Amino acid sequence: MSGVSVSKGPEGATRSADDLVVLSEVNKHFGALHVLQDVDLTITRGEVVVVIGPSGSGKSTLCRTINRLESIDSGTITIDGKPLPAEGKELARLRSDVGMVFQSFNLFAHKTVLENVMLGQIKVRKTEKKAAEAKARALLDRVGVGTQADKYPAQLSGGQQQRVAIARALAMDPKVMLFDEPTSALDPEMINEVLEVMQQLARDGMTMVVVTHEMGFARSAANRVVFMADGRIVEQASPEEFFSNPRSDRAKDFLSKILHH
Amino acid sequence: MFDFLDSGQYDLLGAFWVTAKLTFFSAIGSLIWGTALVTMRVSPVPMMRAFGTVYVNVVRNTPLTVVIVACLMCLNQTLLVSLGGKGSEDIGFRLAILGLVAYTGTFVCEALRSGINTVPPGQAEAARALGLSFFQVLTLVVLPQAFRSAVTPLANVLIALTKNTTVAAAISAAEAASLMKKMIEFEADALFAVFAVFAFGFMVLTLPTGLLLGWAAKRLAVKR
Repeated sequence: MSGVSVSKGPEGATRSADDLVVLSEVNKHFGALHVLQDVDLTITRGEVVVVIGPSGSGKSTLCRTINRLESIDSGTITIDGKPLPAEGKELARLRSDVGMVFQSFNLFAHKTVLENVMLGQIKVRKTEKKAAEAKARALLDRVGVGTQADKYPAQLSGGQQQRVAIARALAMDPKVMLFDEPTSALDPEMINEVLEVMQQLARDGMTMVVVTHEMGFARSAANRVVFMADGRIVEQASPEEFFSNPRSDRAKDFLSKILHH
Repeated sequence: MFDFLDSGQYDLLGAFWVTAKLTFFSAIGSLIWGTALVTMRVSPVPMMRAFGTVYVNVVRNTPLTVVIVACLMCLNQTLLVSLGGKGSEDIGFRLAILGLVAYTGTFVCEALRSGINTVPPGQAEAARALGLSFFQVLTLVVLPQAFRSAVTPLANVLIALTKNTTVAAAISAAEAASLMKKMIEFEADALFAVFAVFAFGFMVLTLPTGLLLGWAAKRLAVKR
């Protein structure tokens, strides 16, 4: 790519202005458990990175460290060139640029669907109420739940709730979207409606980090597959390469368990 | 049997009106003070958390009579705080509200804290992920849901508060219990009737509170 400045980082790693999220030598412990071990990961603008791996491999934790819902013990995380700030106003500002979609949706239970999508715009972005509502309605239409705008989250199906959650994150115009197992809590027939919305987002050029067990989605939408096991990134490759020709034994073992039965 | 009520010598309605006013102002005050206390107890600042915890545990475990009498003796008679009141009844009334708020606030705080515990952690996480500040997360997402699930325990606190106002008689606020003392003295032949009248009076105040808030608890419950 032309016009991209390339500079040497302090550790000798090559950094480019196109790197949106950079994790370097990230370590994290939960008590005695070393959940993230020297994790290095760079996500460039517009890239869709799918993180897969067995349960307890640290993939959700990795996802949650990127907007500091989990703090890290050592290493650095930068987003768009800026290191993650400690708690406070700076961190809140940074989080508003990072969209997050949770496994359990976490829509605000006491607010309507429309209010859920308007809240961040009004309180964080200080958008006018009318403009916020128009944008919220447009986003809800985009994810296919426009007709449910005035209902409460509990009145929606899981798939609808998750699509609202995606709209809520998109309303902040995030630079990057984090998906933490977005379809794991869904009934099978609702998974596709959520994946389709995510596919569309990927096609529109959104930078995405997706922790998932949906191998079909990884194959079709990912630019890169990151395979984690025991707190380490064991392997990363393009989806075709990873699924047809995994290099590590750990990945071969994992794939043999999920793909053949 | 109840003819002492017709003598015109006792202002029963007036006394219960003072009780109602005491309850009302103390309830508003404790709700505000209790919310402030719970904000401290869940805040990320260790100093605030420590203050909240110590305050709640000290005041909650002090008898209300001690709190109220201390308001009069220490604040008014020693430090000359009168809160703008004129005359002993008025000063007693104002100081009683202060004492009741200081005391009841701790129970409101703990009721709200149990309400906060019913809000799934994911709610606050989602709010933080949007970029809301600690205070916004608390006031826009967590507390509104906590209040709704704390209506029933808050109703208990409010009923207890209504009855606790009787302690204000100890510092000469002219509420129901101080009138009762007077009646017991002068109507000793109708003791049972006197007690019945006051028990009934308090039930008139507290029963509707309980029913109304019970209904509100159902209406306001957050569906998950």
